[in-house]
Formats: sequence, structure tokens, C-alpha cells
Amino acid sequence: MTAAILGGVLMAVGCLFLLLGGLGIYRFPDVYNRLQAGTKCTTLGAVCTIVGVGVAEPAWIFKAVLIAAFILLTNPISAHALARASRKSGVPLWEGSVVDMAEAPEAGEAVNAADTDGVEEQR
Amino acid sequence: MSETLLIVLFGIGIGGMLLCLLRAARGPTTADRVVGVDGMVTITTALLVLLGFLLHRRIYLDVSLVYAVLAFVGVLVIARYLERGL
Repeated sequence: MTAAILGGVLMAVGCLFLLLGGLGIYRFPDVYNRLQAGTKCTTLGAVCTIVGVGVAEPAWIFKAVLIAAFILLTNPISAHALARASRKSGVPLWEGSVVDMAEAPEAGEAVNAADTDGVEEQR
Repeated sequence: MSETLLIVLFGIGIGGMLLCLLRAARGPTTADRVVGVDGMVTITTALLVLLGFLLHRRIYLDVSLVYAVLAFVGVLVIARYLERGL
């Protein structure tokens, strides 16, 4: 009984995060913002839903944890590949973006050292 | 876990998937569409497991695992194609 309630709560939180991830993908203004919102929210939502199913049905816990671990490992990789590909293929940033670290690769150390100063200046 | 509540949760997930589909249909650039499809893939993987729990069929776990693997490879191939061509 307790396992069913715990699994139900996990499933509810996961489905809510799936909806919020979809909302972020639809509403955000930019490819990079959309990737951030979509990847983080849908990863947490999918992992919560799948682990919740595994908790509610204890015979399925091994395969459920396997799927959850696979999603947790591979979703950031695909999001990073997509972000790098869209950056290299020249998709522009949103005009309200504050800092662009990829613009000056030779000044990477300076940007990292004076991180907060650069952000304040560009505002 | 009552069945009605599970169907409501499934509907919430479907709502998120429809928003991703709308972005994939409207997106100004190709990268936007691929981001929408990537979100749809992750939501589908979770909802397949939930559907298996709803229908008491264990085979949906295997379907979900294979779908996750194939979608990961597909998104990586599309990203590589956008970056420098095949």
C-alpha cells in the first residue's frame, strides 16, 4: 500500500515535469533556451515517472531502473550535440541574451576569470 | 493506484507531447524542430512505461528501452548532419 502511494506520487511529479518541459519547449524564445528547458525538465520527468512505475510494481524495478539510467546518461549527450550543431550551423542567439562564451575562444581564460564583471558590463 | 488517476496522468503527459509537437511544426529553424522532436522522444519513452503499468503488460518496458536507444542514435545522427553534413 505504501509502495503504491509512493509510486503514485512519483508518477504525478514526473508527469507534471513532462508537461512543464513541453511548455518550456513551446514558449521559450531561442533554440538554446528551449534546449535547456526541454532537456532538464523532460529528463527529470521521465526518470521520476519510470522509477515511480518501478516502485509501484516491484517486479519491474530492475528494467525500470535500467531505462531510467539510460535516459539519465544519454539525454545530456544528445542535447549537447544539438546545441553545438546549431551553434556551428549559425543559428542566432535571442537578442536578450546577456553573455556569449563561444564568441571569443582565444579569450576564454579572461572571460572565465572576469565572469561576473563581463556580465555586468554587457547589461 | 486507481485507474482514473493514471489516465489523468497519462493525459498530462500527452499535453506536454502536444506542446512539443506544436514547436516541431512551427519552429523557425531546423534546430527548433529537432529540439521539439527530441522532447517528444523523451516524453514518449516515459509514457510507454506508464502505459505498460496501466495495461498490466510487461512487454512495454522492452519497447520503451529499444525506443530510447534508437531515438538517441537518431538524434545524434541528425546533430552531426546539421554540424557538417553526412
